[in-house]
Amino acid sequence: MANPRSKHLLPGFGLTMGVSLFYITLIILLPIAAMLLKVGGMGWQEFWRITSSPRALAAYQITFSSAFYATILNALLGLLLAWVLTRYRFPGRRLLDALVDLPFALPTAVAGLVLVTLFANTGWYGQFLEPNGIKVNYTQLGIIAAMTFTSIPFVVRSVQPVLEDLDAGLESAAQTLGASNWQIFTRVIWPSIMPAFISGCVLSFARSLGEFGAVVFIAGNLPGVTEIVSLLIYIRLDEYNYEAAAALAFVLLLVAFLTLLATNILAAWQTRYVERSA
Amino acid sequence: MKKLLATAASALTLAATPVLAQPTDILNASYDIARELFEAENAAFIPSYEAANGVAVTVNQSHAGTSTQARAILEGLPADVVTFNQVPDIERLVEGGFVSADWQSEFANSASPFYSLPAFLVRAGNPKDITDWGDLARDDVGVIFPNPKTSGNARYTYLAARAWADEEFDGDQAQVEDYLTKVFLNVPVFETGGRGATTAFAERGQGDVLITFEAEVLSAVELLGADQYEAVVPSVSLLAEFPVAIVDKVVDARGSRDLAKSYLDFLYSPEGQRVAAERNHRVNDDAVAAEFADRFPDVRLVNVDDAFGGWARVSEEHFADGGLLDQVFVNQ
Repeated sequence: MANPRSKHLLPGFGLTMGVSLFYITLIILLPIAAMLLKVGGMGWQEFWRITSSPRALAAYQITFSSAFYATILNALLGLLLAWVLTRYRFPGRRLLDALVDLPFALPTAVAGLVLVTLFANTGWYGQFLEPNGIKVNYTQLGIIAAMTFTSIPFVVRSVQPVLEDLDAGLESAAQTLGASNWQIFTRVIWPSIMPAFISGCVLSFARSLGEFGAVVFIAGNLPGVTEIVSLLIYIRLDEYNYEAAAALAFVLLLVAFLTLLATNILAAWQTRYVERSA
Repeated sequence: MKKLLATAASALTLAATPVLAQPTDILNASYDIARELFEAENAAFIPSYEAANGVAVTVNQSHAGTSTQARAILEGLPADVVTFNQVPDIERLVEGGFVSADWQSEFANSASPFYSLPAFLVRAGNPKDITDWGDLARDDVGVIFPNPKTSGNARYTYLAARAWADEEFDGDQAQVEDYLTKVFLNVPVFETGGRGATTAFAERGQGDVLITFEAEVLSAVELLGADQYEAVVPSVSLLAEFPVAIVDKVVDARGSRDLAKSYLDFLYSPEGQRVAAERNHRVNDDAVAAEFADRFPDVRLVNVDDAFGGWARVSEEHFADGGLLDQVFVNQ
């Protein structure tokens, strides 16, 4: 029986907090510190030379823009999917719900292989697309397809629980007060799901930046054209150039981190804004 | 508590007892497209070893690009032997203190039990009439080979094409680079390994010619059907050696040196050579080579030492970041 006067809901706060921090350090912080240490081994000029070479710049451009497009796709379709899954009851809903998580369970290399086979000129999709001049394999479209596949669960799974918990009474109240469907969505539903939606999109973006397994199979890997940053990191490793690999990884990590940070700030501001206007 | 301590103490003693029995398994770390070759070698080696020594052994296989394998070993993959497709990656293991510096004198032919050369695989009837290196730079030819940055196989392709161009253009480096740039621009996709390139060419219909080791080319014709594909051996190519070495640091720690050495020796035995030749590798054993002579057309072979001044120089001049390869490769 926990002490009824305890301030904390969970017993043993000190111990559980300690274990959690230790775990995070072991699993996340130390590996990242080891990587930073590698970067720290090189001079500033060397770091700059490696991370700003034309080849690296081209790789950032292709990686960031593909991740951006993949995130846009997932934002729109993920939101729709979350909506359908929470608001409608139809046969096969549970199956659809389970399918959403599949990209997390499937080895990404398998996903890449499957996509490249589907989009080949003999594949199920490719045989219709290629005659119409749409080439997916070994182009940026392929990279976007692979990124979209591997990161869609983030948006759906972030928005879904919030939609489910949304108080139906609010919508009915808005309806009785004469609000149109569009007003209900923009004034009642959207403000509640926006923080979750944005955080889902950001996670999807960050995941796409680092995606390797699925993308290398479909990207074509042409330097300066379809070479993503994570492949360039892999190439530097194959040259036994650990420092250069770490430097490029640092850039990826930094961008992902800054994106997450910006979203957190945005979400905090948004929460305050909603509270004030309520 | 006392009991717990006692148990812990006895567990420690047990763990500290030296292992007396020799291990009966070894791990062979090899390159990407050698999976079937070493499956066949192992199937021949295991009964022959058991017949000679009365011990049943296991040979485990690990396959990836050889640079990836070398890195894995440096970082702790306990491979007893390596069977690679290029020298520099074994040299990395020498630098890391895993392989002794004189490894190339430990086995015959600079520790290369068999060899091959970059050759071409084209679609049946050779519709684009691709017969030699010069054809790869033509505008109407799509060329498939893996990324030389991640595949030893493709490094041979790059060097072979360069060696041909050096002779063809009489050493004029501007023309050589122009030729190589054209070849690289003809590549629609760079797979990271040799097997991926074969798949892209054969199953996904990419390109008009696949360049890979002759061994893989001939096997692909056998596997995919002579009615679909045919092999083209260019007039001149580069000797591709497949160096092997014992990983001293691992075998000394595991006590598996004898088994490791027997395994690599077996690759040189007539039986081991026959298995390699059946899998389309050229071999040095004269009797076995004569047996399979009709499979391997005559070709003039240049070697890395003569054409490029050795692997150490090649690594530095061509394959390092910003080297000669990057100059023709990034130029998209």
